[in-house]
Amino acid sequence: MIGPFLVQAGQMALVLLAAPLLTGLVRKVKARVQRRRGASVLQPYRDLRRLLSKEIVLAHNASWLFRTAPYLIFALTWVAAALIPTFATGLIFSWTGDLIAIIALLGAARFLLALAGMDIGTSFGGIGASREVMIASLAEPAMLMIILSLALIAGSTQLSTIAAFMLSPEAGLRVSLALSLLAFVVVALAENARIPVDNPATHLELTMVHEAMVLEYSGRHLAMIELAASLKLLVMISTMACIFFPFGLVTGDAGAGRYLIGIGVYLLKLAIAGTVLGCFEMSIAKMRVFRVPNLLGGALMLGLLATLLLFVSVGL
Amino acid sequence: MIILTLLCPLLLGAIGIAAAASFAGEACRRERVLPAIYGASALLCALIAVLALASLGAAPSTITLPLGLPWVGARFRLDALSAFFLFVAGLGGAGASVYAIGYGRHETAPHRVLPFYPVFLAGLFLVLLADDAFTFLFDWELMSLASWALVIAHHRDPANTYAGYVYLLMAAFSGFTLLLAFGLLSGGTGGYSFDAMRAAHPSAVLAAPVLLLALLGAGSKAGLMPLHAWLPLAHPAAPSHVSALMSGVMTKVAVYAFIRIIFDLLGTTPWWTAVIVLALGGATAVLGVLYALMQHDLKRLLAYHTVENIGIIFIGLGLAMAFRANGFAAGAALALTAALFHVFNHAVFKSLLFFGAGAVLTATGERDMEHLGGLIHRMRISSFAFLVGCAAISALPPLNGFVSEWLTFQAILLRPDLPQWGLKIAIPADGALLALAAALAAACFVKAYGVTFLGRPRTAAAANAQDVDRFSLGTMLVFAAICLLAGMFPGAVIDMLAPVSTALLQARMPTQLGLPWETIIPIAASRSSYNGLLIFAFIASSTGIAVWAIHRFASHAVRRGPAWDCGFPDPSPITQYSADSFAQPIRRVFGASVFRSRETILMPPPGDLRPARIEKFSRDLIWDVCYAPVGTAVATAAQALNRLQFLTIRRYLAFVFLALIALLLALALWQ
Repeated sequence: MIGPFLVQAGQMALVLLAAPLLTGLVRKVKARVQRRRGASVLQPYRDLRRLLSKEIVLAHNASWLFRTAPYLIFALTWVAAALIPTFATGLIFSWTGDLIAIIALLGAARFLLALAGMDIGTSFGGIGASREVMIASLAEPAMLMIILSLALIAGSTQLSTIAAFMLSPEAGLRVSLALSLLAFVVVALAENARIPVDNPATHLELTMVHEAMVLEYSGRHLAMIELAASLKLLVMISTMACIFFPFGLVTGDAGAGRYLIGIGVYLLKLAIAGTVLGCFEMSIAKMRVFRVPNLLGGALMLGLLATLLLFVSVGL
Repeated sequence: MIILTLLCPLLLGAIGIAAAASFAGEACRRERVLPAIYGASALLCALIAVLALASLGAAPSTITLPLGLPWVGARFRLDALSAFFLFVAGLGGAGASVYAIGYGRHETAPHRVLPFYPVFLAGLFLVLLADDAFTFLFDWELMSLASWALVIAHHRDPANTYAGYVYLLMAAFSGFTLLLAFGLLSGGTGGYSFDAMRAAHPSAVLAAPVLLLALLGAGSKAGLMPLHAWLPLAHPAAPSHVSALMSGVMTKVAVYAFIRIIFDLLGTTPWWTAVIVLALGGATAVLGVLYALMQHDLKRLLAYHTVENIGIIFIGLGLAMAFRANGFAAGAALALTAALFHVFNHAVFKSLLFFGAGAVLTATGERDMEHLGGLIHRMRISSFAFLVGCAAISALPPLNGFVSEWLTFQAILLRPDLPQWGLKIAIPADGALLALAAALAAACFVKAYGVTFLGRPRTAAAANAQDVDRFSLGTMLVFAAICLLAGMFPGAVIDMLAPVSTALLQARMPTQLGLPWETIIPIAASRSSYNGLLIFAFIASSTGIAVWAIHRFASHAVRRGPAWDCGFPDPSPITQYSADSFAQPIRRVFGASVFRSRETILMPPPGDLRPARIEKFSRDLIWDVCYAPVGTAVATAAQALNRLQFLTIRRYLAFVFLALIALLLALALWQ
């Protein structure tokens, strides 16, 4: 009886602990590709500790929304991360929300972040929020179309069921899956403010989206937001791993050893994804903001195409 | 039960007459008249909501009153569909009435609002109870005319009289098309009671024109594109509690009319009718929210957003029609339940948002977002309630808007083996449009909330705002709580809707209440499930853990200072993002095609001291294509026919004679 709760709690702790490591790894890979030594992969933890110990400098006209938003954003992202089968499918609470709900939770976090960006009343907060919602207005429907196509293939929007289906030999190779994967990668890049959509490393005013929204945050608030951003990257990669590369997932009841192997495989997947992401980010340039809609519109069309294919192929 | 339910709207009508009479008396009583009228309206609306809830599962009951046409009387019927919509209307009406006890005090012309308000409510309720075409149309017109009187309550503003004019035209159009629809439904027998229409089973040939007329009539009242033109003009023009009623309730009565005609009276429709409804619903949802994004008048933004939500409801109804046409009753039940759930949700959060806009209007005298800002500091409770409404309408979990959109997605995902290619393409396309509309809605409400309530005040009025009275605040908080509760316990709402779908489709969704942890499982546990209660609990506990951990281990120090803004903060509040600039990226992405929008930047040459200017142009294509030509044609025809008014008596007699000859000839040829 206690076992499933332990797995759920273990997952929540694992994602929280692994998220900064993933961010650190991506930064390290990017530095190595640039032939720099780069900071240690543990640097994000140190950053968080430093931020937590600092005082907050709060703008005069910051409202309660500005002060509560970081905690809520973190909580929403964490709940989303807790619902994804990272190393085991049979999470005890995985039925509380399906993939649509997970995406909506991330959407709620973004909604709050955009509002917090506008709270101080600076032009940077406004520019970040306005661009963020523009990007989201295309990324979210693209994501939903991917979910629709997956749900049509697997007959479920429940991530554990989708993962189980993908593990079964029924899944096979499908055109729709390939289109969805491609669209998913584009959406994941946009959702996490990565190159080519946004650059997480700069504070160059004219290019930034995410960084502009959180410009006024400091101290423990900023720590919460940074942690939430790391978690979101992990959520996206875990979702992709769970759907498209579900091998190694622990299904059903298993012993502790099996779970340890599952965790190991999961961490390996994260490491591979982080390395690929770092190399990819270094291989292309950032896009102009108004070219981003073309990219995301392409992802939306890919998702729609995948769904349409499935709709018209039924009964053929 | 029906007698008691019917008594309430009749009493409301009597209150309206009493209100009119009271204003004939001396002025000093007016202070007491207002709470009495709104209080009595609130009580009667609440009573209707309770009665409707109680009679949801009961068998239909009918009654014939000796009103209206002398030899038949007026028939009324209370069945599950009526009961559900009566519940929604009663809830919205009660909220608006309580809100108005406080809000109405600021009314400059109460004698133009108070008499019509109860009559408007009575019209809303009577339409839902009517059981024959005459009673239905009479009450429909009563509702339209009473609300028209409320729209032009502040008739000195030319924008309002224009809104009233357009509204009156569209209302006449909708009444006229519904009259034709009922005429076709009654068929050759001429039985215009709904029972006779149900029994008549019109042929498949009739289905198309009836559907078209119902779409025109009910759709124009509900705000279906391209018949929405009156809605963003009229809804904001009325006093805010009336705007809430018009947006939250009256559009739902129009949805009721559509459901009553298509699902109840007409019987099963051919599959391609569903494609029309799906296409219109999808287009309405996306275009409605895009129009809303371009607005900077808070109430007009909300009105355009009503158009979007009507689109979402019609997507659900279209899916239900598609599934029903293919004999897939369980899917139809799911889609219809999703649509009706959204009806309930939208009535709640749109009322809440209009109450909030009314509070802003009371506190600042401004509806234009460009003159607001920073209200979160001065209107703490209103801003909180408005935030809940914004999150709910943006379909964010764990609030109620998410559940109905989630259910609609589940209906889209059902993918039964529909044999028709039209539906195979229309359904996923609608899925994409629904997703787009949902994402844009979130953008729209970040803008509405961010520009109005956050940031720094842009005018003195916004800087000196104060929160509103207790009645208004209480109503807003109650509606915000309903948003949360309906999101946490969606199973209760779904089960409430079961009698409706049983009555209309002979099928219902599985019982939800009683599942562990109040989960909702629309089809099967392996397919999809959602638990708003636990999601809320998880978010609350995770936030709690985060706050506790931070306050236990991290630094507590807080220093207040000026905004950082990359080191160059500008003290002037006009450097903030405005409503227009916030929407600019989306206008550039979507507006180029939808609004033909473009921008020109006039940059003076170096040395020239004039300021640089940016000018934006955009067109309302729907107005230009659908309405302007009709208006021009009518004007041209009137101009041409004007000459006929200045003829001699001989000529008029000649015309009469010629007309007679022509008619006789036509008759002779006919035979």
